[in-house]
Amino acid sequence: MPPALVELLQFLFSGLTSGAIYALVALGFALIYNASHVINFAQGEFVMLGGMVTWALLSQGVGLPLAILGAVALTVLIGLALEKLAIERARNADVVTLIIITVGAGIFLRGLTSVTLGKDLHALPAFSGNDPIDILGATLIPQSLWILGVTAAVMVALHLFFNHTLLGKAILATSHNPLAARLVGVNVNFVLLLSFGLSALLGAVAGILIAPITATHFEVGIMLGLKGFAAAILGGLGSGPGAIVGGLLLGIIESLGAGYISSEYKDAMAFVVILGVLFFMPSGLLGKRGTERV
Amino acid sequence: MADIRPSGYSKHRKKQTYSRRLGTRATPLQTLMSERVGGMGALILVILVLPLLLSNNYQYDVAISMGINAIVVVGLNLLIGYAGQISLGHAGFYALGAYASAILTTRYGLHGALAMPLGAIGVGLMAYVIARPILRLSGHYLAMATLGVGIIINIAISREAWLTGGPDGMYVPAMQVAGVELYGGQIWYWIVAAFLILAVWLALNLIDSPIGRALRGLHGAEVAAETSGVDTTRYKVMVFVISAVMASVAGSLSAHFSEFVTPDKASFFHSILFVTMVVFGGMASTFGAVVGAAALTLLPQLLADFASYEHMILGLIMMVVMIFMPKGLVPSLGALARRRRRQEARS
Amino acid sequence: MVKRFTRALMMVGAACIALGVTAQARAQEDPIRIGSFLAVTGPASFLGDPELKTLEMYIHRINGAGGLIGRPLELIHYDTGADANKARTFAKRLLEEDEVDVILGGSTTGTTMAVIPLVERAEVPFVSFAGGVVIIEPVKPWVFKTPHTDRMACGKIFEDIRSRGLSRVALISGTGGFGKSMREQCTQVAPAHDIEIVADETYAPSDTDMVAQLTKIKNTEGVEAVVNPGFGQGPAIVTKNFAQLGFEVPLYQSHGVASKKFIELAGDAAEGVRLPASALLVAEKLPMDDPQRPVVMGYKTTYEAEHGEGSVSTFGGHAYDGLMMYKQAVEAAGTADPAAVRDALEAIQGFMGTAGEVTMSADDHLGLDLSAFRMLEIREGDWVLVE
Repeated sequence: MPPALVELLQFLFSGLTSGAIYALVALGFALIYNASHVINFAQGEFVMLGGMVTWALLSQGVGLPLAILGAVALTVLIGLALEKLAIERARNADVVTLIIITVGAGIFLRGLTSVTLGKDLHALPAFSGNDPIDILGATLIPQSLWILGVTAAVMVALHLFFNHTLLGKAILATSHNPLAARLVGVNVNFVLLLSFGLSALLGAVAGILIAPITATHFEVGIMLGLKGFAAAILGGLGSGPGAIVGGLLLGIIESLGAGYISSEYKDAMAFVVILGVLFFMPSGLLGKRGTERV
Repeated sequence: MADIRPSGYSKHRKKQTYSRRLGTRATPLQTLMSERVGGMGALILVILVLPLLLSNNYQYDVAISMGINAIVVVGLNLLIGYAGQISLGHAGFYALGAYASAILTTRYGLHGALAMPLGAIGVGLMAYVIARPILRLSGHYLAMATLGVGIIINIAISREAWLTGGPDGMYVPAMQVAGVELYGGQIWYWIVAAFLILAVWLALNLIDSPIGRALRGLHGAEVAAETSGVDTTRYKVMVFVISAVMASVAGSLSAHFSEFVTPDKASFFHSILFVTMVVFGGMASTFGAVVGAAALTLLPQLLADFASYEHMILGLIMMVVMIFMPKGLVPSLGALARRRRRQEARS
Repeated sequence: MVKRFTRALMMVGAACIALGVTAQARAQEDPIRIGSFLAVTGPASFLGDPELKTLEMYIHRINGAGGLIGRPLELIHYDTGADANKARTFAKRLLEEDEVDVILGGSTTGTTMAVIPLVERAEVPFVSFAGGVVIIEPVKPWVFKTPHTDRMACGKIFEDIRSRGLSRVALISGTGGFGKSMREQCTQVAPAHDIEIVADETYAPSDTDMVAQLTKIKNTEGVEAVVNPGFGQGPAIVTKNFAQLGFEVPLYQSHGVASKKFIELAGDAAEGVRLPASALLVAEKLPMDDPQRPVVMGYKTTYEAEHGEGSVSTFGGHAYDGLMMYKQAVEAAGTADPAAVRDALEAIQGFMGTAGEVTMSADDHLGLDLSAFRMLEIREGDWVLVE
């Protein structure tokens, strides 16, 4: 292959890997938004907890599969607690108030982690080694395949869940019209709880997948959370496919931007693109074009 | 068509505006109790008395930071509390003001008193240009767009090191007035106090003007306001620009006062902090904004002694206050006081 | 409204008084007050954390041994989170409210620079643990620093590159304060070392992937070595991506990653990476007659006894050097009086610290030279001395 194409392929691999992580975080935002119209700014902390708790369990001598399970379970529990103790109590508060509650939750979780697990950076071992795989001259590490594979599996699972199970349909119904859902017997509070649990699960999975590449740290969720939010908005808030498209697109924009234009302004470029998209499509790429209710 | 009544609109204020509109009997007591007269008097009184409690430059420093933040928050409250438009990027305007002052004075030798209005005009123009496309968005999309603007400003400031000093920031020389260097807590306390009073006065007048009424309509039900002939976009743009200019002026003040600026001023968390101050004190209450700014400026200083538990406690306080007082400190405590008074009256 | 508002402000006032009262209570004892502001959280927490641990540990020890010139030491520390504005407020608090006798700290160049005008005005000695050369150049009367400068790190790296017969260098720098400042210094001193910078890429400190930038460098004609100024997770990711791309040229990291943590994070990819660092990292491997050996061995064993095997980093060493230099200066001056201590700090001769031998003078408030820097290479997961 000509070198220019190999270079492009390399940029795409790199962008897809980051993009898949953004997509997982964005899906977490979308799930909670759908169920409650809350933007959960503590989503990044779920990502952080996934990685940090896995590391903590590993350092206690627990095996990797068990450590991952434990970390996901604990993160889900924390997600449920956040919903039960904070969001549910403030259900009727203003949107901005809810944002601040979740920002506060994020600060609290970061503080808690730094006190209990320390402030050091930690690496997780790669799931299947670090030997690069050569694909048409471009290279990929096995962990990237794990990230892409798990992300794809999560998408399929979510698709099946929402379209083929009663519970999944109940969640969708609640997001479309909470009152009507309640009338036909959906337990709206339970749906809310479930969506926080699921989001926490997605966040934890993303955090665990990426930790072998980037290392984990009690503040690693700040930027990942922000990027995930950006991806969710880019795709269209509340849209599952939108979150995935937004995430992958964001990763690719960053990678191509750094590769072809300027690495100095890579992060800014992502936001410029998002602003540009919003100016022309005020509900994101795949968001619902709703008329405002009066 | 549902409720057209604006939501960010206290019963207390409604009474006041009605009586004014009818041109009847605002008793002297009522006038004294109103935000414009009584609240303003209380603010001036507090500003006059506070120095008696301050014993050193550090305490002045905290008080001055409260004042500077309060100027931003009073402006932001017009946007969030009255016009119902969220902004997660106001730290960007604040930082632009600060850097305008820093750069114009150090690199171009301008006087600080000239740099500040120039910066404010520049920021105002910029806010005007981006306001129209941005304010077409609503809810979380608006949050994202403003957040993006703030982040782009932040990145630009930290990358253009030849102009801004880069991520480590740059010095701002002390301001000179008639050959005297403006340094020290006391001088800046009074400068910032004057600006704060001006900002509050402007905000209160704006709220009580026809524009303010239109704005409250916006917050209540935008579509309803629009169908009843209010040019919503124009008012939203106006308030957006006003709040950006106020943030810019506050930024300039902070640059000259602290003699140092860093890109952190434009950080996402700084923006979030400003919004938190608005909501913490109480949305759609100008004095709530001042109280919110004061409380959240003081809080980290009080928590600094808890060392590694500082962030846990800060996060917890934010959550607990917002859960139990979703309307913010001032309105919630006010409601509590009223309820108690009523109970006392009954017993 | 009036009542509500005044009540709220009375609360604020009361809190201010409370702040004042604690300060007065403090003034009645008679310890030497050491103020410190470090980045214990935030992007530079891996600097601030060991620095604070070191200060706490050694102040405790000094107090256990009867204090300094018969007075106990009291540490007053505030966490800046690497935010320069916070640093400024806390420095003011240290100077005005806590009335400290000295300030040790400032993990990053940004926080240090923000504080310098305040200490200069307050005339209190200030020893910074940050790397930037701007801190001591030009010399500020009350400001000292302990770590090598970024300019020295560039010089050391370029010397080593030249000694391998190479000259065409690609830079990939973090955009944080540290990376940016070192990038500038490297670009400046490159011509003096006959080094040509042929590629110049950057990444944001929180980036998770630098493959794109490294691919660009790899496809640049004639790159003979890559230098990565930066700290935190970034350099570890650069190192891993570098290995992933099968890049064959030598990779140089900066003194900003001089801890075992870096090897742990980068894993196998770190093999063969070189970086300039103080002798602390190779304490056991120093020859028995190396004059620095007792100091670095002493610090390393003390620190690791308390915080675990392999936990020592050069960053904590900077704090150790700062505290010990202050101790020596106070002992020499016989008083903790700021002006006398400042003069004694400036007069320090042949102080042996973890960073090397320090000889201060009126126009050198660092007192280290390039010889104090060692070039290390990572082999089989451990540091090896190159020279």
